[in-house]
Amino acid sequence: MRLPIQLIIGALLTSFFVIAVLVSFVWTPHDVTVLTIADKLQPPSAKYWLGTDHFGRDMFSMLMVGARTSIAVAIVAVGIGMGIGVPLGLMAAANKGSLLDEVIMRGNDLIFAFPSLVIAILITAVFGPSAVNAILAIGIFNIPVFARVSRGAALSIWTLDYILAARTFGKGRVRISAEHILPNIANLLIVQGTIQFSLGILAEAGLSYVGLGAQPPTPSWGRMLADAQTMIYTKPMLAILPGMAIVLMVLGLNLMGDGLRDLLDPRIRRER
Amino acid sequence: MISLRKLNLSIHRLPILKDVSFDIAQGQIFGLVGESGSGKSMTALALMQLLPQGFSASGQVMVDGTDVLALSEAQMCALRGNEIGMIFQEPMTALNPVQTIGDQVAETLLIHGKANKAEAAKIARRMLNRVGLPEDKFPASRYPHELSGGQRQRVCIAMAIALRPKLLIADEPTTALDVTTQAQILELLQELVAEEDMSLLLITHDLAVVAGMADYVAVMRKGEIVEQGQTEHLFKTMSHPYTRQLFEASSHQPDHGAKTQDTPILEVINATREYAAPRTKLFHRPPPFRAVDNVSFTLKRGESLGLVGESGCGKSTLTRAILGLDALQGGEIRLSGEPVLAGQHMPTHLRQKVQVVFQDPYGSFNPRHKVLRLVMEPFHLTAPPDNAREHVAEALETVGMPADAMDRYIHEFSGGQRQRIAIARALVLHPDLIVLDEAVSALDVSIRAQILDLLADLQKRLGLSYLFISHDLTVVQAITDRVLVMQRGKIVETGPTEQVFTSPAHPYTKQLLDAAPQIPADWQAR
Repeated sequence: MRLPIQLIIGALLTSFFVIAVLVSFVWTPHDVTVLTIADKLQPPSAKYWLGTDHFGRDMFSMLMVGARTSIAVAIVAVGIGMGIGVPLGLMAAANKGSLLDEVIMRGNDLIFAFPSLVIAILITAVFGPSAVNAILAIGIFNIPVFARVSRGAALSIWTLDYILAARTFGKGRVRISAEHILPNIANLLIVQGTIQFSLGILAEAGLSYVGLGAQPPTPSWGRMLADAQTMIYTKPMLAILPGMAIVLMVLGLNLMGDGLRDLLDPRIRRER
Repeated sequence: MISLRKLNLSIHRLPILKDVSFDIAQGQIFGLVGESGSGKSMTALALMQLLPQGFSASGQVMVDGTDVLALSEAQMCALRGNEIGMIFQEPMTALNPVQTIGDQVAETLLIHGKANKAEAAKIARRMLNRVGLPEDKFPASRYPHELSGGQRQRVCIAMAIALRPKLLIADEPTTALDVTTQAQILELLQELVAEEDMSLLLITHDLAVVAGMADYVAVMRKGEIVEQGQTEHLFKTMSHPYTRQLFEASSHQPDHGAKTQDTPILEVINATREYAAPRTKLFHRPPPFRAVDNVSFTLKRGESLGLVGESGCGKSTLTRAILGLDALQGGEIRLSGEPVLAGQHMPTHLRQKVQVVFQDPYGSFNPRHKVLRLVMEPFHLTAPPDNAREHVAEALETVGMPADAMDRYIHEFSGGQRQRIAIARALVLHPDLIVLDEAVSALDVSIRAQILDLLADLQKRLGLSYLFISHDLTVVQAITDRVLVMQRGKIVETGPTEQVFTSPAHPYTKQLLDAAPQIPADWQAR
């Protein structure tokens, strides 16, 4: 069996960043909390692989530790969205047309009605800027996305004969949802999950960019971009490096999502 | 006029057609018969050059003197619709749901530049009238969802004949339709061929349909034409064993002499189920729609009872009530004396007594589970036994499947094998009653004959009772002892199968029997 090419590229890109994060816990080329003003704005060299920023911090180490923040925020935010959104969506689909369905879906519409990043800024502004509040804000806006995707997909599965058969075996709604519906919508959820994961990384970068995400001295890709913007004409590398990191991470996740969907579906697997 | 010479076709190097040769003369109806996968649809698509990616074809496909295999895509576009029209099996998906029927018929004319907008609309109207959709009842501004399946198929025909093509290809045009509708559509096609002097390539799996329609028949198997000839001659001689096999399978009578006992297993007493009809006016609530109207019948232990009716007659609603999935509004259903309740209210020991086999062998199983888990699923009603594997193996062997099938996924099996697995799943709890909801309708005739034999054999061995729900009269005639005919929610006729089929009392039963296509009796001599 051949693996889909986008899965290989996506997995390579993603694992590159994940390894960077894991390594950053035990080793970075330089300490990112130590400022070496004498070495500020160095070009890439044997000592500083990707050069240094305006405080003389090593860019390579900053990117490694910054990936930690991005990935952690995105994982937890998607986790919140999936963990709450998917059960809500399944519940709504299992009780289609009932009051519960209406309450869940209209609640979703309510959250959808607010521009997510603006509310995220509001939340972090009210509760104080921190990585935890950024996670919560991004996570809450993932809930309706997952609820809607899972409800829509679940509804089409509910009409199939094997659901009817399962009902004649006396299985209840919860049991059917967990055993028959969830595995058959998992491919959609995985694809949506990777998209939301990459959106989470973008949102975290955005919040950090305006100073509402992870706080100094914790490095973050978004704040590295913000710091670099005053020097973008003189030292473009300072902006390009974190920018590229964000692009590659998001691209890798999206490719991996597509590839995973193809791989996980036994029906598609047969046709290849 | 149409002439195929040694057409060979392969898709991604997989051979599909082998040396297919036939001719269709002008004004002739040519029947192409075969089971699924025999390559009959691919032959039609080769004529239209609508083949899937990665194909390679050799040979000659002459349409009016030009070889379509040599034409470019642009030249084919001019040919399609203009010289060759096509209608498909599924009228529900063959029309664009957001375009009016008038626009869709006119579109063919506009694309080929044969008329301006106003003329095209006029011709479209005329075509719709021609296919039996008169203007006062079916204005061109109707949308497909406002029409029934048969009416939609008429729209598809109007689209296909709008430019008066020389050849009309009909790929299983009536398979998705009820018998009475099927008879009307076939009659319309016959009329059109005679009036417009078209040729018709009729592709079907149903021998009886070609027997009544075609001038000339070709039988296909595995990409090859095994036999072709003038219809009556072909049926009378049946020189190729496969033709004979197909014929025997389609009129197969399983030996179902099981003993019927006097104790009732299922009693339906005045069952009634209504649905709220959609509102058409703001302040007026229309009367509810009665899907099942005061239905009563009894099914005895060891008996197989047929329930016949066309789509929308309420047989599915009744089935769901019998299975304890939906509640009734009036009346009662009793299963071996105990009342059937809907949903979680139904006690598990009662649920064990009735199991179901559905029509679609592809939709009946969760594609993500292996066969072992699928067949084990009914054990949810009892505690799963320790030797579940043995139970599953036994059930699989009962239906003629190897026990090692349980470690494979369902997509690895063919339609007939899946239906066997579905029966195994229904048998694993040793129920008293099995509801067969169109259980053989989606299968090829030879597979259908095997499944019918299996069902008859199981009934004899295990003393099962069957409720056999179908729109297909030949199947019901083959396997049931007694039959109920259902129309608009009511049982209009009931009696022993032989009697109902030979001397129907109710006009609707007569209508159904007349509409069913049949091979003339004197053709069956051999």
